[in-house]
Amino acid sequence: MRLERRERASRAAALTAPIAAIAVTLLFASSLVAIAGAPVGAAYASLLEGAFGSRFAISETLTRAVPLMLTGLAAAVAFRARFYNIGAEGQLYGGALAAVAVAGMADSMPAVPMPVLFVLMLLAAALTGALLLLGPAWLKTRLGVDEVVTTLLLNFVVLLFVSMMLDGPMKDPGAMGWPQSRALPYELELGRLLERTRLHSGLVYALGLAVLTGFMMRFTRFGFAVRAVGANARAAHFAGIRVQRTMLVVAMLSGALAGLAGAIEVAGRTTYVTLDMSPGYGYSGIVIAMLAALNPVGVVVAAIFVAGMFVGADGMSRAVAVPTFIADVIVAASLLAMLVATMLVHYRLRWR
Amino acid sequence: MSEILDFLLTETFWIAVLRIATPLILGTLGALVCERAGVLNLGIEGIMVAGAFSGWLAVYLGAPLWIGVLVAALTGAAFGLLHSLLTVQLALSQHVTGLGITLLASSLSYYAYRVAFPKVDTPPTIEAFGNLDALPVPVLQGLTPLTLLAFALVLSIGWLLMRTHFGLAIRMVGENPAAAEAQGIAVLPVRTAAVVLGSMLMAVGGAFLTLAAFNAFFFNMVNGRGWICIALVVFASWRPGKALLGAVLFAFFDALQLRLQQVDGGLFGFDLPYQIYLMLPYLLSILALVVVARRAAYPQALMRPYRKGER
Repeated sequence: MRLERRERASRAAALTAPIAAIAVTLLFASSLVAIAGAPVGAAYASLLEGAFGSRFAISETLTRAVPLMLTGLAAAVAFRARFYNIGAEGQLYGGALAAVAVAGMADSMPAVPMPVLFVLMLLAAALTGALLLLGPAWLKTRLGVDEVVTTLLLNFVVLLFVSMMLDGPMKDPGAMGWPQSRALPYELELGRLLERTRLHSGLVYALGLAVLTGFMMRFTRFGFAVRAVGANARAAHFAGIRVQRTMLVVAMLSGALAGLAGAIEVAGRTTYVTLDMSPGYGYSGIVIAMLAALNPVGVVVAAIFVAGMFVGADGMSRAVAVPTFIADVIVAASLLAMLVATMLVHYRLRWR
Repeated sequence: MSEILDFLLTETFWIAVLRIATPLILGTLGALVCERAGVLNLGIEGIMVAGAFSGWLAVYLGAPLWIGVLVAALTGAAFGLLHSLLTVQLALSQHVTGLGITLLASSLSYYAYRVAFPKVDTPPTIEAFGNLDALPVPVLQGLTPLTLLAFALVLSIGWLLMRTHFGLAIRMVGENPAAAEAQGIAVLPVRTAAVVLGSMLMAVGGAFLTLAAFNAFFFNMVNGRGWICIALVVFASWRPGKALLGAVLFAFFDALQLRLQQVDGGLFGFDLPYQIYLMLPYLLSILALVVVARRAAYPQALMRPYRKGER
């Protein structure tokens, strides 16, 4: 078996690659559903219905998609420069903690108007996320330390730190012993987009950031530098691009986006920080970025798909006896399928 | 401080160190074999989960313990085969593929666990490996057979890599696959074999957790040990002997921080929150990576996919 580069990668193939990947994945997952003893057709029907079947379902899917869009953007931006930020989970929690910390100062600073505090809150979250990634980025550019392992290990450290804060200084005294932070003041919460649902205006922020990121990547010098460094760092260096600086800035941008994901989750959905507020959003973000072929606008679509899988799986588990982990399997398998599909867009398989 | 020295001299402490070290030794050996051949196997975390689950399930369903170990090894081999198909044959990104395999292996294991045991309050248990009471030396008596297997594997893998033709082939394809090809070595099959072998070792490391350390399978069991192994491989300069040393050293600090949590007044005379102690293993791993980063003697072709005929 040999790989042969195609002369021209067709545009149509590039667009259908994610769809083909997802189709193959769902086929694979249907075998798992069958093993669980559930009727495949009914299972997938309940999955679709749970994700998109009603006004409430769609609102739940979109609510779930908001942090995924942001962590997906974080991964897409970083991966473009071949900087593998796997620490989005930790950066999310760090951002959430920072947001709550800043919001908690609302009482001691009555002179600061709420809108200003809101902006400060988001900035603090973004800054925290960026700083969390600065260490691994610096280690990579200066010492060549692989950022995958450092960012991964840092996730555990950050989560333990958050746990420590929630057990101690930032604990909510009114939470009956449960480790969670104080809730955000009502004025700092994000508004509801749709009544009687949990959909909040964080969606607007996420969409806006996706558009901004896409614009930056495509039309600015920095975006060009990022793409150049990711394509061929040596060539970029010889073209005059400051590779190390670009990587550091991209890393901080990525961390900032992930930190914002945490802040927006707190401000929009939970209003306080708990240890289980993210069921792996950081890792799912990586899958989303790959499904979107690192395209910021594609991230929005991919995030809605992944969110739909998780929300739909909840509905599926209620209708037929299929464990909710099927969603995780689908997401993981679609990552691998997407890798193969993307490769097939550019290469042809030749048997001997 | 004297309390700390007290328990350093106890048998139970060192038995705990070796017990904590065993999955790390096996995982590091596995990652080492893969990386020597030029493939970074980031599926280690998921493969350890899959090994833990499959080995445990086999024993739960009535198989003897060593068959459970074999089942775990075969599960690891299966995921290793998938990994090598994607990274070695199709030359896909080793980073992303590895992460995908980790996610896939873990989620498949959790899914299978839930399908098999839909509603359980406490995880079902099995009869795990017992201690080796038959051995003469007291320290060895507290160990399980899998720990001895880990030690034996360190010696075997070292011998395999350094003294056999296959080991030489592995090292060659990891340093300069084009030159290996010119010598008549089939690069892709050798890399595939190395990844499969390494994944088997990783899975047995995971199986240790369910078959010896604990006797049940629960979520978040591996808890980052796989990633720590990846760091330890760099620390060990890709040598099995140093891998053993690194794993034992790391386990020493891990066992130490566990004990320190119980000592009143901690290390410095005041109580630290337990989370600080739990952070230490991960911070230490990052530190280990930083310390050896400059002098790291990477296999030259690590993470470079080999496409025949390409320059």
